[in-house]
Amino acid sequence: MRLIRLAWRMARRELGAGEVRVLLAALALAVAAVATVGSASERAQAALVREANRLIGGDAAVRADAPLPVAFAQRAKALGLAHASTTSFRSMLRNGTNMRLVEVRALERGYPLRGAYELEPGHAVVDPAAGPAPGSIWLTRNAAAAAGAAVGGDVALGRSTFRVAAIVAKEPDAGFDLMELAPHVLIGLPDLAATGLMQPGARATFRIAVAGDADAVATFARDAKAQLGRGQRLESAAEARPEIRNALARAERFFGLAALISVVLGAIAVALAARRHALRHLDACALMRCVGATQGTITRLYVFELAIVGVLGTIAGLAIAAVLSFALGWWLAGALGVALPAPGFAPAWQGAVVALAVLAGFAAPPVLALRRVSPLRVLRRDVAGPRAGAIATLLLALAAVAGLLLWRAGDATLATIVLVGLVASAAVLAVLGALLVRVASALRPYLRGAARHGLASLARRRATTLVQLVALGLGLSIVLLLSLVRSDLERWRDELPVDAPNRFLINAQSDQIPALTESLRAAGVAEPMLVPMVRARLTAVNGTAVAAKQRDEDERAQRLAEREFNLTWRAQPGPDDTIAAGTFWTGDVPADAAQLSVERRFAETLGWKLGDEIAFDIAGSAFRARVTSLRDVKWESFRPNFFVYASPGALDGYATTWITAFHLPPGREDGMNAIVARFPNLTIVDVGAILDQVRRTGEQVGLAVRFVFGFTLAAGLLVLLAAIGATRDERLHEVAVMRVLGARARQVAAAQWSEFALLGALTALVAAIASEILAAQFAQRVLQIEPSAHWGPAFAGAALGALAIAVTGALATRGVLRTSPATTLRAIAG
Amino acid sequence: MSSAAAVAAEKLGKRVALPERTLTLLDDVSFTVAAGEAVAIVGASGSGKSTLLGLLAGLDSPSEGRVVLDGTALDTLDEDGRARLRGARVGFVFQSFQLLPMLTARENVMLPLELAGARDAAPRAEAILSRVGLGERLGHYPRQLSGGEQQRVAIARAFVVQPAILFADEPTGNLDAQTGGAVADLLFALNAERGTTLVLVTHDDKLAQRCHRVLRLAGGRLQAGGSGGLTW
Repeated sequence: MRLIRLAWRMARRELGAGEVRVLLAALALAVAAVATVGSASERAQAALVREANRLIGGDAAVRADAPLPVAFAQRAKALGLAHASTTSFRSMLRNGTNMRLVEVRALERGYPLRGAYELEPGHAVVDPAAGPAPGSIWLTRNAAAAAGAAVGGDVALGRSTFRVAAIVAKEPDAGFDLMELAPHVLIGLPDLAATGLMQPGARATFRIAVAGDADAVATFARDAKAQLGRGQRLESAAEARPEIRNALARAERFFGLAALISVVLGAIAVALAARRHALRHLDACALMRCVGATQGTITRLYVFELAIVGVLGTIAGLAIAAVLSFALGWWLAGALGVALPAPGFAPAWQGAVVALAVLAGFAAPPVLALRRVSPLRVLRRDVAGPRAGAIATLLLALAAVAGLLLWRAGDATLATIVLVGLVASAAVLAVLGALLVRVASALRPYLRGAARHGLASLARRRATTLVQLVALGLGLSIVLLLSLVRSDLERWRDELPVDAPNRFLINAQSDQIPALTESLRAAGVAEPMLVPMVRARLTAVNGTAVAAKQRDEDERAQRLAEREFNLTWRAQPGPDDTIAAGTFWTGDVPADAAQLSVERRFAETLGWKLGDEIAFDIAGSAFRARVTSLRDVKWESFRPNFFVYASPGALDGYATTWITAFHLPPGREDGMNAIVARFPNLTIVDVGAILDQVRRTGEQVGLAVRFVFGFTLAAGLLVLLAAIGATRDERLHEVAVMRVLGARARQVAAAQWSEFALLGALTALVAAIASEILAAQFAQRVLQIEPSAHWGPAFAGAALGALAIAVTGALATRGVLRTSPATTLRAIAG
Repeated sequence: MSSAAAVAAEKLGKRVALPERTLTLLDDVSFTVAAGEAVAIVGASGSGKSTLLGLLAGLDSPSEGRVVLDGTALDTLDEDGRARLRGARVGFVFQSFQLLPMLTARENVMLPLELAGARDAAPRAEAILSRVGLGERLGHYPRQLSGGEQQRVAIARAFVVQPAILFADEPTGNLDAQTGGAVADLLFALNAERGTTLVLVTHDDKLAQRCHRVLRLAGGRLQAGGSGGLTW
């Protein structure tokens, strides 16, 4: 108890005037970084998911091919969730004598629960949020164009007549299957029965969407999943569009990396501050040993002090995190245009665990080594301080970082890359540092003036120079790594060009190709590329009938297997394809030895492997081919891409339709109406909404990434300050002595500059190379995007870092030049 | 060896291995200090005074020979055992005061008592600080005190545990003549009051002459008649 009081007294006094402040600040920053980044990424992800959920009209939805039992709605209600049902089916829309096949969507009031329908100006709707009023119908542009209907006119569906109240410009829930699509028309659910179209056994899709508190949604999803019957399935936005899923997954991994990096930076700063704290306590420990303190007493005293600092640092860090989270919520809500869910408590205890791990792994070794201070130091100050066992310290720090990495990254690959990268960089830095010290010693006789003093300082403080170099090098490497990864992420976002295809045209017949191509050109489409498509049903894999094989497999595989496949043929891989395994065919492939190239993840889901023989049924005839290559596909290109390619010639003779995608500049919709009028069998799908969604998600991820990056920069700055602080006392002493001996301020400043410039240059060199290698690994293995060389930015960033090191270093000791040497010496001795 | 000896050095030697040769800091030093006696160890810089003090106080281990402190041979104790012995029986006064900057005068004096687990640390510290004339400066930090005042705090800290033996290393070395004289007066007065054995290292002959006996070191060896000592 008395020791705790003593420890508290020491900690309290040193907080007011001592390096404990640095330790506390570093710890608080590490905690704040983890808690803020954790909370920010949790909330930003939740917001992004919610935003993406507009695609399914709610936070989750259950879809079925028969009316849904009322139990789903009851469960949603019991959980306090908003819910709304829809029924969709195909029918003929009549406008006088004009009849068009449309997809009718009957909406319960309140649908969609996320997002909203955007109506074209000139509509006659009083409350757009309530959906189509009784007796009225909303048509999408395509439907209106196809049926030749306009606002105010009457159209018929089944036995009912509806007044056209609005033309829908954008649908929020555009997460549809392209191939099953006819233009949409929307009516209120209560009007459905009167149409007489929903007879028992009619083919329709029944959905219930729910939205509300994230935990309640998760509960609903879990319960619903357990109750799903035949023909029923659960939907989420991530599943609806692979390109959105990719964006979210990448954002998640980036946040994981950012959180890790802030922890590692915080740990480095804590290690530096703890080392300095220990160095400054050598005399106090020697004195306590002298007046009777045992090693155990010293250990307990400093453990108590660390614990006090740990608690204070955690509280301070969490307080900072709370303020930042509040500010962040406000800022992100504005920037993302969506309300952020309230921060949870998880980041708080995560911050506390991080504080504990960082203290134990990084602060404890130098501080605990204090117990071995020789009491003789009270008589002779030159008696060396104790060294923390290098290997034990290293292992402890490694264990702490590895543990934190695995825990916070939530991804073993990511954790391994960062850990291996950090250890390798630290090793390279240590070796280079040792070399530098040697070269500096060897060069000294040949240099004059400031440079000589600078080199002499580096060589004399061998251990500190190494510590500084490794800490600064690691700090700079990881800040650079994050900035390079950030630029990779943004490059990926920018890959979606402004003229990405926003229209899909499907169902063209082979004999229409020349005329259609010409019409498309006339409508302003530069180079229409029509791709053939053959619809097929999967029947067997390696001779085993699919229905039997897939019954026990997961529901997605089941769904995919039951669905019709769209096959195409290609002579070469497409621009969005990367061959991941096997070999893509070249030249002519005999028709009786047809080959398939399959999208890798699709093949994984279905359990297909290279060499498997896949059998399809195409309009009653059997088609067999062997899988000879697997491909990764860049879905976000928005070009028509296919899960399965067949070798050229293999599909000759089967019924083929053609598909294309193109960019339609705004204001050219009239050209499309003309095409639809000329080729009535065509369907043109507007994917502008999805495209906007993908673009928005990318921008939102970019904003969040920028915020998180700002935090990492701050943590890097703290490492810089702590590293410079590590040699401040020695440096002040040297400067004071030099001043006593008559050195002019300019000479002293030049010596400091040359030393820090050298340190900065070496740090920057290693950091640029290390971060470039790590960023490439990260891009390839974690983000799964093509790595790009960015040596220019890497070295530019490193040069900035070197400049920051030189300037901060020189500034840190500048004050001493204005103070009298005697004052400095007294302050250091005291 | 007299049973009344508070400090006994028996054939003490201290050598340091350098890359080319072995450096002898102390060689064959033997003497005793009786309980209640005040002994000065004098010698030029580098004569081995501080090395000898470090060995006598158990702050360092000899290369050969041994030290018996208050009846206990130091070589029979481990590092923690020697620390406990110091805490219970030994006080120190240093040239550079060695006050902890983050503790007040009172807290600095309380420190050895607190480390030993004493319950009445505060009143005892306050009493002795009053005795050394700093009763009004209890809450001051070392940086707020003059050099003489800091050394008085250090003397209070040395005497507060009621040590049997006091080791003083150049206690007036950092002070001007007048302040140094006052501090020396205080040290000897307290020493006499409490019957403490005093081992004083100094190169100040005037201060040395206030002790009962002077041991003179040169080149790591006691000068002629060293072990018997010159008695004043």
